[in-house]
Amino acid sequence: MVLTRDFFFQAGQMLLVLLLSPLLTGFVRKVKARLLRREGPPLLQPYRDLIRLTRKEVVLAQNASWLFRVIPYIIFAGTWVAAALVPTFRSGLLFSWTADLIAIIALLGSARFFLALAGLDVGTSFGGIGASREMMIASLAEPAMLMIMFTLALIVGSTQLSAMAAFMLSSQVGLRVSLGLALLALIMVAIAENARIPVDNPATHLELTMVHEAMVLEYSGRHLALIDLTSELKLLLYVSLIGCLFVPWGIAAPGAGAQAIATGIATYVAKLAAGGVLLALFETAIAKMRVFRVPEFLGVALMLGLLAALLRFVSGSL
Amino acid sequence: MHGITFDIAHLLAGSLVLVSFMQLYQDRLYALLNIYALHALVLAASVAWQAFVQDAPHLYVTAAIALLFKAIVIPIALHRIIVRLGIHREIETVVGVGPTMLLGIGLVALSMVVMLRVTAEADPLAREDLAFALSVVLLGLLMMVTRRNAVSQVVGFMSLENGLVLAATGAKGMPLVVEISVAFSVLIAFIVIGIFLFRIRERFDSVDLQELDRFRGERQ
Amino acid sequence: MMVLYALYGVAALLVLAPIAVTLTFSPRASKVIYGASLIISVALGAIGLNSLFDNAVSAAALPLGLPWIGAHFRIDALAAFFVIVVNLGGATASLFALGYGRHEETPERVLPFYPIYLAAMNLVVLADDAFSFLVSWEFMSLTSWALVIAHHRDRENMRAGYVYLLMASFGTMALLLAFGLLTGGNGNYVFDAIRATHPAAALSAMVLILALLGAGSKAGIVPLHAWLPLAHPAAPSHVSALMSGVMTKVAVYGFVRIVFDLVGPPAWWWSMAVLAAGGISAVMGVLYALMQHDLKRLLAYHTVENIGIIYIGLGLALAFKAHGMAVAAALALTAGLFHVFNHSVFKSLLFFGAGSVLNATGERDMEHLGGLIHRMPQTAFVFLVGCVAISALPPLNGFVSEWLTFQAILLSPQLPSWGLKLLVPAVGALLALSAALAAACFVKAFGVTFLGRPRTPAAAKARETDSNSLAAMFALAALCFVAGILPGIFIDALAPVTHALLGMSMPHQSGLDWLTVVPIAESRSSYNGLLVFIFVTLSGSIAAFAIHRLASDRLRRGPAWDCGYPDPSLATQYTASSFAQPIRRVYGSMVFRAREIGEMPPPGSIAPARLTVELRDLIWDTLYAPVAVVIGFATERINILQFLTIRRYLSLVFAALVFLLLVLAIWS
Repeated sequence: MVLTRDFFFQAGQMLLVLLLSPLLTGFVRKVKARLLRREGPPLLQPYRDLIRLTRKEVVLAQNASWLFRVIPYIIFAGTWVAAALVPTFRSGLLFSWTADLIAIIALLGSARFFLALAGLDVGTSFGGIGASREMMIASLAEPAMLMIMFTLALIVGSTQLSAMAAFMLSSQVGLRVSLGLALLALIMVAIAENARIPVDNPATHLELTMVHEAMVLEYSGRHLALIDLTSELKLLLYVSLIGCLFVPWGIAAPGAGAQAIATGIATYVAKLAAGGVLLALFETAIAKMRVFRVPEFLGVALMLGLLAALLRFVSGSL
Repeated sequence: MHGITFDIAHLLAGSLVLVSFMQLYQDRLYALLNIYALHALVLAASVAWQAFVQDAPHLYVTAAIALLFKAIVIPIALHRIIVRLGIHREIETVVGVGPTMLLGIGLVALSMVVMLRVTAEADPLAREDLAFALSVVLLGLLMMVTRRNAVSQVVGFMSLENGLVLAATGAKGMPLVVEISVAFSVLIAFIVIGIFLFRIRERFDSVDLQELDRFRGERQ
Repeated sequence: MMVLYALYGVAALLVLAPIAVTLTFSPRASKVIYGASLIISVALGAIGLNSLFDNAVSAAALPLGLPWIGAHFRIDALAAFFVIVVNLGGATASLFALGYGRHEETPERVLPFYPIYLAAMNLVVLADDAFSFLVSWEFMSLTSWALVIAHHRDRENMRAGYVYLLMASFGTMALLLAFGLLTGGNGNYVFDAIRATHPAAALSAMVLILALLGAGSKAGIVPLHAWLPLAHPAAPSHVSALMSGVMTKVAVYGFVRIVFDLVGPPAWWWSMAVLAAGGISAVMGVLYALMQHDLKRLLAYHTVENIGIIYIGLGLALAFKAHGMAVAAALALTAGLFHVFNHSVFKSLLFFGAGSVLNATGERDMEHLGGLIHRMPQTAFVFLVGCVAISALPPLNGFVSEWLTFQAILLSPQLPSWGLKLLVPAVGALLALSAALAAACFVKAFGVTFLGRPRTPAAAKARETDSNSLAAMFALAALCFVAGILPGIFIDALAPVTHALLGMSMPHQSGLDWLTVVPIAESRSSYNGLLVFIFVTLSGSIAAFAIHRLASDRLRRGPAWDCGYPDPSLATQYTASSFAQPIRRVYGSMVFRAREIGEMPPPGSIAPARLTVELRDLIWDTLYAPVAVVIGFATERINILQFLTIRRYLSLVFAALVFLLLVLAIWS
């Protein structure tokens, strides 16, 4: 009975993240537009975009290979599984013991690996630009993420996300310096990984400013719909991750009643909204960096992660 | 295990180290001054918290001095000096940001190790604050060493002094007269440096120290 | 008993060499030799498996070699594991060479040495006394040197062989001194006797340094790695796979045997040296690999990175062992040894792929390849599996060994010494950095070689390789997959090894629900490769099903969009150097003094613009070149001794005699 209920919640979480992610993206775009005193697209526009794209015909380049056609499914599957393992409204996910935070980071890494291969597949220069820049950004963002994971694992004593969420909710966690540094580093990494300003512009189609958009330039139709949904899922994943690790209040414990679940869902949606507003504010207030300043930006994130891990190694109370 | 007071004290001291790192990252002078003002602000908050925790009212005065002079007066004055010297658009570093940050991390690690080993039997709250304070001092020195521009070196010197203040308040028992004398000496030094910067600028048309090195007497 | 069977197998391999010499000019020579090597390697591998699972130790002493030492051989848990690794590599290389060897131009320079090479590697692992160890080690070096200079017409190969011989001699000398110190001068070279005598602390430290230099130079630790990227690509591809995938592991075996088994209780600071060497090798190896555009040289440099990862695991195990934390030591050692197995599997696979590409197109340079996924689809698929595995991506095996290493690092705050408290997070950051850079490296390797459009006519006319080579590659790819999905089996198989070396092993993994891997405790961390794979496949299938039900499934081929300006010229696609340019700019200016020099012709001139990228190997410039200069200088001076007059020679002899008499007079 417990098993089926847990299974029900796990499946429910998978569905929830899938359904909410376009809404989050639409919300961020709407807030950004409003901050710029524009009307902005409707909130549900990303859903309409996805449906429209799935109805269109796919135009493939003549020399695109079978890998090019399969990759959208691979990256969608990897990101969806990763997003399903981050506690959103309830901790104690049924399959949280199959993949801990390191595995989640690595799943996102494999999605990125395949996307970069897709960029190189057709043999255009745009794909090459996107792929090479993406791998440069990843070469700093992923180690920063791993150092953040180290810090958290050293504080919590476990690398599983459900255990981390439960620990953050308990009274044992204090206002540690290393947690503050880890939060700052995680925000910087999240911005870089989701291709947001100041690292990359998600709305541009200019060669000089593209990273993610350049890799997916040759995709169309249902493949492009899957890739767009994947990037929306990734944004939701990172906001949920920051929420469950640093703002965990409201997450229902496993075995809690319907009241706690409803509270959990409500606080989760509120966290998403807050995250969306902050992201929109940040993106509007700051300009995009030159590509070769991004390594300095991410280098700082890596240093912060390293410093946080160092403080944990050196002293138990920091 | 410790409680919220320890955590907030450590958080503020850690934020001071973080702001020192942010200072190292900056390469534009306006931004550097703003970050220095933030540095002094965090110092004031940290000293005020120590005053609250240790129940030492004279530290509130120290916090107020830090807030007034270091966070407001000195940055504004340096701002004016920069505008009058006309160097407000310059970008300068000796070593790249990456190696500087790595050195910074190494210095923080070094100060942690030294302080935590040497003060093994002292009060736990004070130990870690001292470790952070030593880090801030070393990072201020690193800033002085890796900058070409004289104004940035002054900022490095003053952030070093902030670290000393943090150490003194953390160690429980810094009398007010010491703080006032230290503050006044910094002010005097600052005025003297300001005068010198103008004289140097008049004579040599530049405050870039690498340039000035050519005019040293004993080198041909 | 087992060890005798193994020795019979080795003897059979040695017998193949004269057969190869006699059969040399027959067209069936390569089939016979490689087929026989395949069968014998499989048999030896089975013997290794049997010994490992039985956890039995069997020893034998043969009256060969020096009369007062004899030759001792032994197969215990550690040796059994490495016998499996060596013969897995040997079997797959022989299978690959059944197809590949037909294209060999000078088989008489390759065939006789190949079985001796396999035999020598097996003997190193089986040796139970210092003398047979060193003799087998030397045979391994010499036969691989002969294989490296097999294509002797190429000057690069000859230079590679020269450097390799120098470094191999240096390594053997270091190991010789290490064993000398270990026996303590009482002349008993058998490993059992060495285990019983423990040298003093200072001498043990010297042994560690010498083992690190000797075994490390053969494995490829920075800064002793310089021969590796010269020698490994120069050999024929199946031999490159053996050198990179297997010989480096035999060197790791030598290190583990000396440091974990023979030298006695370690001091804590030894782990710092090993960890530092591992961390630096990991990052430097992958950075070097990123700058290469020769496919085989890239793979060779990447071996340096993986050896670094293995040494990080070994260093952590040493640190935990020195502080008496046996469970953590078992975890770290298991992580390191599992990576030994994984790396030999996927590095062999990648070298076989490179060999197939070389055969099909005649090109090793990635900048002359491209679009091979259309011409060689099966090779492309297995090469992709190898790339995904080596980039440590789930659900394949590279991820599991890296995950275990990270778990070991997470246990290290319990180490009391300050030096380790500072070094381990730094090494963790280096490990994370090397993993991310490895992914970038293999996106480049696979993407530029197989994807895109063919850059030369040779690439456009490539054909798929033969079925033997494909069979070898598919077998290795399947092994990557199995080791990633069912890592519990492999971890349990390594339990007797860690038990023998450390007295403790990781918790029993089989029998856990759903084949999860739990390294320390359920509450701390767990990973289930099988379920992750099932979930990802299931999600992908659901997505594919939903899309094909609900969405349009029309598809049309057209020219590439390329933002509206498609360029039919094949030169406008990204090359290997251009792919690596952002990373070169970020890391290269510090590490390689990378400089890009652009020469623009003046306006009106129709000369082409040139972009030159200058990279300098700082380790070569600061470490190797001065040594070469000093030795050259010294030999120039000493060379005068060849041209002395008779009177001078006589006075030399006279002076030597007087000196010896003086010594006798003073020191009595």
